Amino acid sequence: MIQFHDVTIRSGPFILSNVDLAVPQGGYAVLMGGTGQGKTTILEAICGLRRVSSGRVVICGVDMTDWKPADRGIGYVPQDLALFPTMTVREHLEFALRIRRVNRATILNRVSELAQVLGIESLLSRHTRHLSGGEAQRVALGRALAFQPQILLLDEPLTALDEATRDRLCELLRSIQRQSNLTTLHITHSRTEAIALADLLFVVESHQVTQRPLAELESIRSVSDISPAGVR
Amino acid sequence: MNGSPLMTDLKTVVPPSRSPDIAVGIVSPIRSHRAGSDVPFLVLMGGLGGSYLLLIVAMLAADLAFTSLGDFAAALHKPEIQFAVRLTLISCTISALLSIWVATPLGYLLSRFQFRGRWLIDTLIDVPVVLPPLVIGLSLLILFHVPLGGGNLEQWFQQQLGFRITYAQPAVILAQFAVACAFAVQTMRVTFDQIDPRSEQVALTLGCRRSQAFLLIVLPQAWRGLIAAFTIAWARSLGEFGPILVFAGATRMRTEVLSTTVFLELSVGQLEAAVAVSLVMVLAAMVVLGIVRLLGAKVMR
Repeated sequence: MIQFHDVTIRSGPFILSNVDLAVPQGGYAVLMGGTGQGKTTILEAICGLRRVSSGRVVICGVDMTDWKPADRGIGYVPQDLALFPTMTVREHLEFALRIRRVNRATILNRVSELAQVLGIESLLSRHTRHLSGGEAQRVALGRALAFQPQILLLDEPLTALDEATRDRLCELLRSIQRQSNLTTLHITHSRTEAIALADLLFVVESHQVTQRPLAELESIRSVSDISPAGVR
Repeated sequence: MNGSPLMTDLKTVVPPSRSPDIAVGIVSPIRSHRAGSDVPFLVLMGGLGGSYLLLIVAMLAADLAFTSLGDFAAALHKPEIQFAVRLTLISCTISALLSIWVATPLGYLLSRFQFRGRWLIDTLIDVPVVLPPLVIGLSLLILFHVPLGGGNLEQWFQQQLGFRITYAQPAVILAQFAVACAFAVQTMRVTFDQIDPRSEQVALTLGCRRSQAFLLIVLPQAWRGLIAAFTIAWARSLGEFGPILVFAGATRMRTEVLSTTVFLELSVGQLEAAVAVSLVMVLAAMVVLGIVRLLGAKVMR
């Protein structure tokens, strides 16, 4: 469960103020909003990479406002993926587990299980620079899921992919999320993606975050149609 | 119109589908365009750039022409010069290692953290780069001999650690390090600037402490920069002369490095030996830099 209580985030001249937000345990929330509205900033505040200037960030019932990112146990897939260029795919999947000093046998099991679910078994020994866009996405997703987090944050994970790959990954995301009862917050610009995935819809605009009924998705054509007053 | 001289002139060709008269009447036609040859540009660039290469090659060739194999052998057989070769290789390597040991953390901090007063640190690091080397030597000498609580730094080192700094071999290394490290810091800073902080941040969310993210994610990506910083520091140390002369002196068989040798031989009129030693330095530099490059290429694979 992700909760923001009256959170304000400042970064230079940029400000997001009095954000209240709640994604229930096991919910799949989609966050939409125009470029430069601070969607990524919200994800960073959740996983601890950005300090909030006031308010509380509560994760799974624990106030984690001042916790380090490492202690929050949140899976994060940034927009540019940020794969580790010196590591193989297998090392990506093992990374969080080795940091946690999980024993070798458990790591092996977990990696083969993840690789199978994500369909990247044949890539395990490869280096990341030779991966296609869809493969790289799966690896970044696997790296974030390896330590079985309760929360998953996705920053436009499907944007750079062709339509067929996107549809397959959408299905994959949904099935993983259902199976492991993951609380997910997913940033996207795409209405199709949002319709396919969302249980809840949040919109960032004019320094505010508001929850909208899912029905709005059916009637909007693009993010620019969303205004604070509802559908134009 | 077809056979007219106008049509054969490249600059005034008009697309054949249009009558030239109409085209001129309605819109002024844009002349068909040919960019022309790239050869003059490339010749100019090659010529200007090449002139520097020519200068280097000419200097080396002149050195080679001036010495004979006999001079070379004679110089290398002198025990003083053999000593200087050894001390040079050892001191340059130690000061280069010290440089990257210090430059890596400093470059990383300057690249990753914004803080008040950073401009001051930036300026301080540039001081050894812009200062005349002689002044650095002088400053080191003063630093070790300025009165400090009833003694000075030099005495403290001698009493506490049991070895001399000034006019001894540690002074050679310290003088080299004082300048070389500034160049290593600049290199490491650019290296870390070019490494995306995002992957480091992701490592933090995966459970890493900062130190783990640095060692496991950042440092493996910085190998090429480390090699470059080592190379630059080593080469700067090899070329160091002024500070060594002032701070370590030029005592034969004690603090003589190759750059000092060239100076000492030159000052007693031994031009042949000076040139032979210079060529030894060129050779040593090329061998060491070659090895480091090869090593770097291997690590990258």
